[in-house]
Amino acid sequence: MKHELVSQDAWSHLKQYTQARISLGRAGSSLPTQEILNFGAAHALARDAVHTRFDSLQLAASLTTAGFSTLQVQSRAPDRHTYLLRPDMGRSLSEASANQLLDHPEKEFDLLLVVGDGLSSLAVHNHAQFLLEAVHGLAPKHWRMSPIVLATQARVAISDEIGSALKAKVVAMLVGERPGLSSPDSLGVYITYAPKSGRQDGERNCISNIRPEGLSYTEAAKKIVWLVNEAMRLGLSGVGLKDESDMVNVGQESVPSLPSP
Amino acid sequence: MPYLHTIGLETYHFSDLKTLMAKATPARSGDFLAGVAAETYAERMAARMCLADVPLKRFLEELLIPYEDDEVTRLIMDKHDATAFAEIAHLTVGDFRNWLLSDTTDSATLERVALGITPEMAAAVSKLMRNQDLILVARKCHVTTKFRNTIGLPGHLSVRLQPNHPTDDPRGIAASIIDGLLYGSGDAVIGINPATDSIPALIDLYYLVDEFITGFNIPTQSCILTHVTNQIKVMEKGAPVDLVFQSIAGTEKANTGFGINLGILREAQQAALALNRGTVGNNVMYFETGQGSALSANANFGMDQQTCEARAYAVAREFSPLLSNTVVGFIGPEYLYDGKQITRAGLEDHFCGKLLGLPLGCDVCYTNHAEADQDDMDNLMTLLATAGLTFIMGIPGADDIMLNYQTTSFHDALYLRNVLNLKPAPEFELWLKQMNIMDSNGKVQPIAANQLLLEKLPRALKAAA
Repeated sequence: MKHELVSQDAWSHLKQYTQARISLGRAGSSLPTQEILNFGAAHALARDAVHTRFDSLQLAASLTTAGFSTLQVQSRAPDRHTYLLRPDMGRSLSEASANQLLDHPEKEFDLLLVVGDGLSSLAVHNHAQFLLEAVHGLAPKHWRMSPIVLATQARVAISDEIGSALKAKVVAMLVGERPGLSSPDSLGVYITYAPKSGRQDGERNCISNIRPEGLSYTEAAKKIVWLVNEAMRLGLSGVGLKDESDMVNVGQESVPSLPSP
Repeated sequence: MPYLHTIGLETYHFSDLKTLMAKATPARSGDFLAGVAAETYAERMAARMCLADVPLKRFLEELLIPYEDDEVTRLIMDKHDATAFAEIAHLTVGDFRNWLLSDTTDSATLERVALGITPEMAAAVSKLMRNQDLILVARKCHVTTKFRNTIGLPGHLSVRLQPNHPTDDPRGIAASIIDGLLYGSGDAVIGINPATDSIPALIDLYYLVDEFITGFNIPTQSCILTHVTNQIKVMEKGAPVDLVFQSIAGTEKANTGFGINLGILREAQQAALALNRGTVGNNVMYFETGQGSALSANANFGMDQQTCEARAYAVAREFSPLLSNTVVGFIGPEYLYDGKQITRAGLEDHFCGKLLGLPLGCDVCYTNHAEADQDDMDNLMTLLATAGLTFIMGIPGADDIMLNYQTTSFHDALYLRNVLNLKPAPEFELWLKQMNIMDSNGKVQPIAANQLLLEKLPRALKAAA
């Protein structure tokens, strides 16, 4: 595209200080064509992240190969449209899944790990397995770890019902966060002590922005293990449990270079 | 009191006024989620026809939440101005729409009756109005406020410069402020949504923005959008606080969920007034609201979300804010599903706010899980600017990298000023011209590398360079 049709901004050197879309230039007083296209592409990625189906079978197969056992459950939301309109349905298990967990022979775990699609299946596809491996690598050997529960059309609070059915001390729910234009695949983790239906958001600890450009898998796993340990020690999670994991040395080197997903 | 209306062979029953109002509301996902929406198209129209016959006086008798149970209801009733109301006291809701649209009802009339209108009356009449009615009447309402400049004059559109950064990096924030100012934005406020809750870090942000405002003599004001109790603390520590911000809602219980009440807002307002930092006026408050906030706190008491929203404006107007804006598409598709619902809600909120006497702006926005895109934002911002909107948000490239949503950009503000011949606040416009950012025709001009803002960088960027 011809450069002379766009008036460039004289402060493009400031772009080094922020990911914000500054110094875009102008066509008249409007956005240049290139920026309209860049924005449209970012929006398309974010929209696809919301609407791509969570391929839980593929993730289960991959986790099995890596040595994990898995369980698959569904929320009460039958499809994405209903899921977006009825958050309450995404927060509870379908009847079949609820019965499946109640009948599950193995129960009483120290740490239950749940993976839910949330608002970005892309985040789960890209990062969940790496984060699960990092958590397993750092978790104390005496913890009784659950199978990985893969939940479809799931919101955070579904982990209360799953945790209570499997009698977990603590549940950590990995969930796709609401995608932004610059972060379509950001993974979040919500940690709840003594999960049961009706827990409030203030009773959870949250770790956000887990992705290679944000919080690394290793750093996130350290925070998770630290918070779960503290939750068990204090007998609570949420506002009463402040994340001070940065203050302690958990005895691991920070590893920035993990395999890209 | 039950309300009845018959269409054809069917008689529809509405158990009370709040149910009638909810059923009369244009369809939106949040009212379905709450279980208060009309179940059929015909029921919705029956509710509207029935609502049209309800006398305005009825809203002073049948309260949607009892007086004893809710301090917002008490505020609405205690501050109702019977003298102002006298001029419209004989009208039904349907008559009220006709009256609002009459050529004889001019800006002065609307200003005279504003304190006689309760939020419920405004919400009720809006449910009978088409989008063009909401635009036409809002445009007649003139609400002007002042701190270091004059906001809301007819023919003007102001912009909140929103230089957010996910880690509050002062260099990133400063870079976005420069971007906005050089595009002619920032007259409503330079307002940061901080990532941090820490008082010392918040104080640093106040000084960062203050350095711009005092260093370049910009006739505008700053705001850090943290919880009001944090702002009271930073004022105690002597930080340069211009405007006090808070998110508010339309019921006492929802406000409790935000960790506030009227007493806390009053305390914060008094503290900001005592700093006496305004130069041309003393409107020191800035509020944000949004349909759905009461329901999301499980505090809607059977009311529809638009009526709850209008009640939040009663809270806002009690504190004579410089700015108040609805954040119309932020809450998500379970409350406003798509571009059509977001557009309707934005126009309703602007109309109700202006009718009640508020300097209403709009965060014209959407999230990536809503059925909306930039074209919907273009439509809504154009409609609202036509309706005399007080201010919009200005974000680099419409992409808020901290809050992860899309709102309006500095370019969007230039577009609106261009097609609708709108100007920034007069004091700010003069500054833009003095700084050679705007030419004598009001167009933003090409900026040279030795422009004062780029040459004389703030400390944060000097240290980095």
